[in-house]
Amino acid sequence: MSDYDSTDLKPGNGKSLQVEAIKDGVVIDHIPATQGVKIIKSLNLFASKVRIAVGFNLPSKMMGLKDLIKIEHRQFNEQEVNRLAIFAPNATINVIADYKVVQKTKMSLPSSIHGLFICPNSNCISHNEPVTSSFHLSERQGQTILQCHYCEKSFKLDIFAEI
Amino acid sequence: MDNKTNNALYQQHIISISDMSREMLEFIIMTIEKIKRQKICSLLSGKIIGSCFFEPSTRTKLSFEVAVRKLGGTTIGFDNGVNTSLKKGETLADSIKIISSYTDALIIRHPKEGAARLAAQFSSVPVINGGDGANQHPTQTLLDLFTIYECHGRLDNLTVALAGDLKYGRTVHSLVQALSLFNTQFIFISPEELAMPEYLLSLLDQRNICYEQVYSIESILHETDILYMTRIQKERFDETEYKYIAARYILDKAMLTKAKPSLRVLHPLPRVDEIAPDVDETPFACYFQQAENGVYARMSLLALVLNKIV
Repeated sequence: MSDYDSTDLKPGNGKSLQVEAIKDGVVIDHIPATQGVKIIKSLNLFASKVRIAVGFNLPSKMMGLKDLIKIEHRQFNEQEVNRLAIFAPNATINVIADYKVVQKTKMSLPSSIHGLFICPNSNCISHNEPVTSSFHLSERQGQTILQCHYCEKSFKLDIFAEI
Repeated sequence: MDNKTNNALYQQHIISISDMSREMLEFIIMTIEKIKRQKICSLLSGKIIGSCFFEPSTRTKLSFEVAVRKLGGTTIGFDNGVNTSLKKGETLADSIKIISSYTDALIIRHPKEGAARLAAQFSSVPVINGGDGANQHPTQTLLDLFTIYECHGRLDNLTVALAGDLKYGRTVHSLVQALSLFNTQFIFISPEELAMPEYLLSLLDQRNICYEQVYSIESILHETDILYMTRIQKERFDETEYKYIAARYILDKAMLTKAKPSLRVLHPLPRVDEIAPDVDETPFACYFQQAENGVYARMSLLALVLNKIV
């Protein structure tokens, strides 16, 4: 399958899709293979009633293997986009209307995130006080590192997926 | 730097060494040197400093209180969290809002990591971190840096060996962060179980700072400018293991015959067995001078956050 572009994706147009097309909604493309499940879990997509089509370990010209998620009748707010960006900083969000890509947004790792995760350090003051959790993000040796704004402890992203 | 005209710390919080640039550290060290020469001045005349110790501390609390008095100010506060409103369920945020409305600056020590950063968020006056859990103790690092500067007349290009508990000791972590801005060559001496954490080694790699990890103090004394000793805490090991491990990280006078003449030994104190008392009488021992410098370092920080010109 080719990487997602603005080609007409209406069923029956002769193109072969490994993941079924959606009429309206969003397609998250260029997710690193294995991160798709974490994104679904993190965005709590299973809890919603919308139709979701997923592809795992799909061949990709750019990435070798990739995951792809299509969600019908759904838009993302800023917090969700940030959450998505930390799991798949190079992903693309395609907004689909009537089977066509009408907007394409390339993700980038945000410099900080607020209120998305609880600090894993049990002795961090942020657990007991009226503050929003806050993390500074960086990349170290290909891994996303989150440093708590308050306790200054650094954590690999994998730890958060398990919370 | 001209500290008469450019005090970037005025009305600022002192929370973490990681917030400070090399220039800022140099500026503070120059101010400590000046304050130490003057000994007593009236830079806090008429000021009330909140001394908020949510956990007990002897050295830090006493030296802060002496610092305030030497500058002509007064302190109010408490020396543990037991009798405060926190015990009634008040948040730290509310406590700080109220205490900061009574005072001109706050010193906070708290068992939770991040408490000082949070206090700064809710305080209407400058907050100085006197230690937040296992995280930061910036005034200790500043007095350590000043003592190193005093011993060698510089901070650049020194060989600094840190020995003992390098895993859990917040003083060594902050000191490594700060000295890495001065092209220090580090030697880490610890049992494998108490080695320097990976994130700090990564920081040194990022800053192209040389370091080596060794297992014996004696082997490096001939090439070391500063030996920073720390205590290995008994509770990290079972008793037999502790005795065996701790014995390998004890410095005594006989070992120092091989030392570089300009070597100076520091320790954040309190010490237990890791520096034998016979080292005290040698010219290498600088840990009591280091403890005294705590007063001057804290005087300088208080003076800087409350005066445009120091």
